[in-house]
Amino acid sequence: MPAPGSRGPDIAFKWVAMFAAAMIVVLIVMVGWELYYGSRLAIAKFGAGFLWSSEWDPVLERFGALPFIFGTLVSSLIALLIAVPLGVATALFLTELAPLKMRQPIIIAIEMLAAVPSVIFGLWGIFVLIPWLRDSLFVWLKRFLGFLPLFQGPIYGLSMLAAGIIIAIMILPIVTSISREILRSVPNLQREAAYALGATRWEVLKIAVLSYARRGLFGAAVLGLGRALGETMAVTMVIGNRPQISASLFAPGYTLASVVANEFTEATTDLYQSALFEIGLVLFAVAILVNAAAQVMLKSMSGSGPVKVN
Amino acid sequence: MTESPYLPTPQFARWRKAKSSAVTGILVACALAVIAPLFLVIYFLLEKGFSSLDWNFFTQLPKPTGEVGGGMANAIVGSVVLLAMATVFGVPFGIFGGIYLAEYGSDRANNWIRFAADVLNGVPSIVWGMVVYLLLVVPFKGFSAYAGGVALGLMMVPLVMRTTEEVLILVPQSYREAALALGVARWKMIVVIVVRTALKGIATGVIIALARIAGETAPLLFTALGNTFWSHNLKEPISALPLQIFAYGLSPYDDWHRQAWAGALVLMALIIVLNVTVRVLSRDRSKTD
Amino acid sequence: MKASPAQARTVEAGLPAEAEEVAFDIKNFSLWYGQRQALQDVTIRIPAKKVTAIIGPSGCGKSTFLRALNRMHELTPGTRLEGSLRHFGEDLYGPGVEAVAIRRRVGMVFQKSNPFPTMSIAENVLVGLRLNGVRDKRVLQSRLEESLHMAALWDEVKDVLNRPGTSLSGGQQQRLCIARSLAVQPETLLMDEPCSALDPLATAKIEELIQTLRERYTVVIVTHNMQQAARCSDRTAFFYLGRLIEFGNTRNIFTSPSNPQTEAYVSGRFG
Repeated sequence: MPAPGSRGPDIAFKWVAMFAAAMIVVLIVMVGWELYYGSRLAIAKFGAGFLWSSEWDPVLERFGALPFIFGTLVSSLIALLIAVPLGVATALFLTELAPLKMRQPIIIAIEMLAAVPSVIFGLWGIFVLIPWLRDSLFVWLKRFLGFLPLFQGPIYGLSMLAAGIIIAIMILPIVTSISREILRSVPNLQREAAYALGATRWEVLKIAVLSYARRGLFGAAVLGLGRALGETMAVTMVIGNRPQISASLFAPGYTLASVVANEFTEATTDLYQSALFEIGLVLFAVAILVNAAAQVMLKSMSGSGPVKVN
Repeated sequence: MTESPYLPTPQFARWRKAKSSAVTGILVACALAVIAPLFLVIYFLLEKGFSSLDWNFFTQLPKPTGEVGGGMANAIVGSVVLLAMATVFGVPFGIFGGIYLAEYGSDRANNWIRFAADVLNGVPSIVWGMVVYLLLVVPFKGFSAYAGGVALGLMMVPLVMRTTEEVLILVPQSYREAALALGVARWKMIVVIVVRTALKGIATGVIIALARIAGETAPLLFTALGNTFWSHNLKEPISALPLQIFAYGLSPYDDWHRQAWAGALVLMALIIVLNVTVRVLSRDRSKTD
Repeated sequence: MKASPAQARTVEAGLPAEAEEVAFDIKNFSLWYGQRQALQDVTIRIPAKKVTAIIGPSGCGKSTFLRALNRMHELTPGTRLEGSLRHFGEDLYGPGVEAVAIRRRVGMVFQKSNPFPTMSIAENVLVGLRLNGVRDKRVLQSRLEESLHMAALWDEVKDVLNRPGTSLSGGQQQRLCIARSLAVQPETLLMDEPCSALDPLATAKIEELIQTLRERYTVVIVTHNMQQAARCSDRTAFFYLGRLIEFGNTRNIFTSPSNPQTEAYVSGRFG
């Protein structure tokens, strides 16, 4: 027991620490409340219809979030389709195949990739990636897969597909590193069991490693989705920023985060700004749900050892 | 030994082996594909940015629209100011929160707080900008460096909190018991023994958080806003490297594109320096891995 | 007391000279982990369709030896070996010999049971066959029943074949792993302390099972439990500090060992 004279400072110190920790929980509630407060005008005016109206006309003050929800989902989906297989494959390479000396440099390179700011990816996207996509990959896709509606229509460069690709690059580090943690938690005995049956290396990965880790890997993908939904700057710079719903991936689009980034300071009327707050509220709600789901999945998976996130 | 009725044919064995080798090749290719963007980004940063870096870039203010020349001196200073303000605002919350988790919290409360911190980490950074706009920009009737610092600081809180908790937990329980047995008050024990022992780890956590927010643009768009001159008042808008890169990158002028690349190179160099510092600081901690 | 390989060879020569089939014919076998030598100059002939126990104190190289018999040690990077190892005449490390093929013929059961948690009991048993391309439902069904019978598990699981393998008790899981190894019809079964994580009752069941396995399989079992070696093996090999000290009929090893180190170990004076 501490000396009696020190009870006062002791209690004060504990309260300060508790206050700081409680801040975290308060912050989530506060962010939600503030966004709701900011969007009350739009909520009152448009109601639930806001979510499925595809009209976005600041002049006539008619606002609907559908094009942005569509753009966010499609660009994130493209990103996941690229990043999850690549990330899991890289994690497999790092945990199961790569010689020990090779692992550390690759891991450092992936950490560095995670450290590149969104705005730098955006700059690189505009001046390097987009010209290349426009002149080669998109042309090639159109020629060979042009029978699909996804790859029809004029090629501008700035497009949903470009946004998906750049988001994929940006979420690859987190998908890879979480997948690696998950794969490392697969007990060696599982691998040995498969090897002892006469399995080839790929068969060991399939029956012992991937199937054991599948729930955790799904969690890694969901966490990647959470990051993809909220990517802002790079997406704003390459997606073309047009509130439309198009079947073609070559067409420009818009996302929840990028419309806020792009139009918030230009929102001249209260209703316009309020509509943008409601967009932010939708984004926040989806991000919280997806991230919470990912955390729950990753935690329930990690019975054999803690999976460290972030 | 009776011959196995299903004994695999040599062809099938070869097929399995070929499949396995093919998968190995694919995994190697995927790993290369994942790190390729890093080298492509760095290559173009150096190619396009390095030639634009000159003395003017570090000392001059941006020139008016359309004029050639000028630099990003105010944005570089602005970034440093904003990072300092974010540290002042965010780090105490983070460290005290980490102390609570490591030293006081019950398992149940801690689980919830950790969960909240991990979820907050996933909140899109643009959302922080909107919230701080309502909290600080609207009531004080103007964009300000303060608002930008607070937005970045809020993003640091969960990061610093989790790393602080992790390093505090590593401090051996016997240190705490030894201090308490000497009749030291608990808070003093925590500050003098626990925090001091873990100070290097806490500092590492702070730098990790700084590296994470140094390149953030979205939370500054409607808080710090950015400008093209020297800021003398923290109640006024302030520029930052990411803001300037964004504005110049989207501009129609070649000279500004050139400067955007130079700015990106400087920003990346700053972040790499922070990351290398983290590696150096945590080198002797990595033994536990 | 220094053991020399010459001693070991003498002992082996003292075995009954009956014309028995040899499962593993191993000559001058040494193995290194990086710089550290784990096995030194081991020469031994392990008989077919008998149970051979490998005993010795921790770190004597007995597990390493076992894992070399189906090339499982190759999963540990940096191992190197010398000498000749033949399994029913086939050179285990010959040019062009695939570890995958060896492991199908030389199965292995581990210290801790390790059924695949995402597979049912039936899938666990059949996974090896499926990998080898067996698709015929009738073959699969008959191998499933036969393997579970052989592993003395059929009566306990025949109504719950679709439950996850991990839903079984520890002893049952270990027998499931034995059934999984037997399903691919190996010639030899290696067991690495298969009972060390089990209670006495489950241990007794596995030991009983080992007795029946010898009718059809060669069994090599590593154990730290000398009573177990005495109870269920025909031959016993004593390893110490990476060398084979003595190899002979189990009864001889435990009642009248010719090497003083063996005697010291089996009488419980060290290890």
